[in-house]
Amino acid sequence: MDWVNTILQGVLLGGLYALFAAGLSLIFGVMRLVNVAHGDLIVLAAYLALVVTGTLGLDPLAALAVVVPLMALLGYLLQRLLLNRTLGDDLLPPLLVTFGLSVIIQNALLEIFSADSRRLQAGPLEVASLTLPGGLAVGVLPLLQFFLAVLVIAGLQLLFYRTPLGRAFRATSDDPAVARLMGLDNRHVFALAMALSLAVVAVAGVLLAVRSNFDPAIGPARLIFGFEAVIIGGLGSLWGTLVGGVLLGVAQSVGAKLDPGWQILAGHLLFLLVLAIRPEGLFPKVRG
Amino acid sequence: MNTNNQRITRRSVMAAGWASTLAAPALGQGANRPIRIGHVSPRTGPLAAFGEADAFVQEGILRAIGQGIRVGNRIHPVQILSRDSQSNPSRAAEVAAELILRDRVDLITAAAAPDTVNPVSDQAEVNEVPCITTNCPWQPYFFGRRGDPQRGFEWTWHFFWGLEDVIDAFLALWSGAETNKVVGGLFPNDADGNAWGDSRLGLPPALARNGYRLIDTGRFQPFSNDFTAQISAFKAANVQIVTGNLTPPDFATFWTQAGQQGFRPKIVTIGKALLFPSAVAALGERGHGLSTEIWWTPSHPFRSGLTGQTARELAAAYTQATGRPWTQPVGYQHALFEVAIDVLKRAERLEPRAILDAIRRTDYRSIIGPVRWGSGPVKNVAKTLLVAGQWKRRPNGAFDLVVTTNATAPEIPVGGQLELLD
Repeated sequence: MDWVNTILQGVLLGGLYALFAAGLSLIFGVMRLVNVAHGDLIVLAAYLALVVTGTLGLDPLAALAVVVPLMALLGYLLQRLLLNRTLGDDLLPPLLVTFGLSVIIQNALLEIFSADSRRLQAGPLEVASLTLPGGLAVGVLPLLQFFLAVLVIAGLQLLFYRTPLGRAFRATSDDPAVARLMGLDNRHVFALAMALSLAVVAVAGVLLAVRSNFDPAIGPARLIFGFEAVIIGGLGSLWGTLVGGVLLGVAQSVGAKLDPGWQILAGHLLFLLVLAIRPEGLFPKVRG
Repeated sequence: MNTNNQRITRRSVMAAGWASTLAAPALGQGANRPIRIGHVSPRTGPLAAFGEADAFVQEGILRAIGQGIRVGNRIHPVQILSRDSQSNPSRAAEVAAELILRDRVDLITAAAAPDTVNPVSDQAEVNEVPCITTNCPWQPYFFGRRGDPQRGFEWTWHFFWGLEDVIDAFLALWSGAETNKVVGGLFPNDADGNAWGDSRLGLPPALARNGYRLIDTGRFQPFSNDFTAQISAFKAANVQIVTGNLTPPDFATFWTQAGQQGFRPKIVTIGKALLFPSAVAALGERGHGLSTEIWWTPSHPFRSGLTGQTARELAAAYTQATGRPWTQPVGYQHALFEVAIDVLKRAERLEPRAILDAIRRTDYRSIIGPVRWGSGPVKNVAKTLLVAGQWKRRPNGAFDLVVTTNATAPEIPVGGQLELLD
C-alpha cells in the first residue's frame, strides 16, 4: 500500500511539473525560443494572484479568472515588443534576453513585495483530503492540480490540431518563411503563442502559490523540473509533456521512498537516461 | 531598496561630517578623518529577509552617534559603508575585498548566514582587518571556515549561539509536554541540515541521551516538491514531534502535504522556516502553534547601550518606520553596530592592532544581551542567549511569538505555555 501511495503522490506531483512544462514546450514548439524567465514568470503570476485575492477578496481559484487574461496580455505584449526582436537564426539572443528578464523580474518583485515569504490562502481546501480504500489519503488540491494539468493540456492539444489558430501555430513552427508567404503575420502568431504560454503559466503560478510558500527568488529552482519534463516527453509534444511530468514526479517519489536523498537525483537520472537512449524525447513532435 | 538606503546613509553621513567640521574648532581640534565601518549583508536574493532591517538600523545608529565618536582624544565622524551580498558567497567576498582594499575600512562587519558571514570574515582574515560578525550559528561559521579550535582566528570575531543551544532549547520546549517521545527529523542536504542531523554533534545523539526516539529518513535536497516519503515514515512510526531545519517554502510544502495526508503531530518545532512573522502568517490558521528557536524578541529585558532604547522600543520604532512587524534580525543588526561602536570607542588608536585589542577586551551589554569574547566555545566566538517558543495566532490573523521556555536563559521572561497542536 505504501508503494501505491508513493506512486499516486508522484503522479499527482507530475501534474504540477506538466503545468510548469506546458508553457515552455508550447513556445519552444512554435518559435524555438527557450524561455529562461519561465520560472520567474510563474512567480510573477503567483504575486499577481496575491494582489488579486487581496484587493478583490476572491479565493485563489476564482482569481484565475483575472490572472489568466492578465498574464496572457502580458505575454502578448512581451513577445510583440521585446522577444520578437530577438528571434532569428541564432538561439543565443532570446536566451540572453530572457535571462536578463529573469533577473529583472526577481528584483522588481523584491522591490515591490519585499523578501517576505508569501502564500495564497485557500482555507480548508488547502489540507482537505479524500480517504481511499487501504488507508490512502489523497489531497484534494493535488488532485485538482492534476486534473487542471490534464485539462490545460487537452485544451492546448485541441487548439493546436482543431482550430485555425492552431494551424497557424503549426505552420509558423514548420516553416516561418512559407507561413509568411501564405499571409500569416509571424509576429502576431508568435505573440499569441506567448500569450497562451503565459496563460498556462498563470495557472501554474496560482497552484504553486496555494501549494507552498513563495518569495521573489524562488523561480529558477522551479524551472529545471519544467525543462526536464519537456525533454523527457519530447520537444514540442503536449501530451508528451504531461507524460514527462508524470514520469518525473513518479521517479522522484520512488527515489525518495528508497532514500530521501535520491528524490531529486532519481528525477535527474531518468532525465539523463532518456537523453542517452532517446535524445528526441519519448514522444517527439510528429512533423507535417 | 539598496540605492534608497545608500542615499539615507550618505546624507546622514554628510550631516554628521558637517556637524563635526563645524564643531571641531570649538573643541580646539583639527578636522579628524572619518572612521569607516564596512558592512555586508544580504539585501537581495533568497536571504533578503535578513537584510531587511539594515537601512532602518543604520539610520538609527548614525543618528545616535551624531557628530562622531571619541577615539583616543579626538572626535571622529563615522561612516557606515553598507554593501549587498546578494545572498551569494562570491559576491560577498568581492564587496568585502573592495571595502577593505579600496575604501580602506577600519572595521568590517557582516551578518546573516554562512554565505555572507564566512567569505567576508575570510577576506578580513587574509587582509588583516578587524572583523565582527553575527547572525549565523557558530559551528558553520567556525568549522565552515576550517577553524582550528586550538588556534582560532586572529582578526575575525563572531557573536551568536550554536547548535548545542538549539538542541537544549528544543529539549526544554518539549520536556513539559505529554508525548510518546517519538521525533521525526527533517534535515535537508545543506549546511544547516547536515549540521543539525550530524550523528556526532547534531540532534540525533542529544535526543537519544534524553530518551527520545528519532525517525530520520535521511538527507534530502532542498526545494523538494514532495514529502510523501517522510510523511509515510512518520505516520508509520507514530511520530508526535516533528523537528528539523527547513527553508520556508520547504516547510510550507511539508506542512500542507502532512495535512492532506492525515499526519497530525502534537508538536512541530522547526529552525529557520519559522523565524519571520511573514512566513508564519503565510501559513494562515495552520501557522498557529508551530514552535521555533528564539534569539530576540521585544520582551527581551535588554536595552541598547548606544541609543538607550529598550528591545520593545526598538521593535516599535521599526514597525512605525516601516509599517512591518518586528523580526529577530532587527535586534541583532542593531547589536552588531552597537558592539562595533563600543569597540571603536575603546580603541586606543585608529589602527588595526589597537582595534583588535579592543575587540578582545569587549564586555558589553547590548540590546540582545551580553557580548563578551573569551568565555566562548572557541577563541573567536561569543555566545548569545537562546530560548524557544511558539507562534500564536490572534483573531485578526496576526501572529505573536511567545517564549514558552527559558530553561536555557532564565533572564528572559516566559510569555506563555506550550500548547499542543492536536
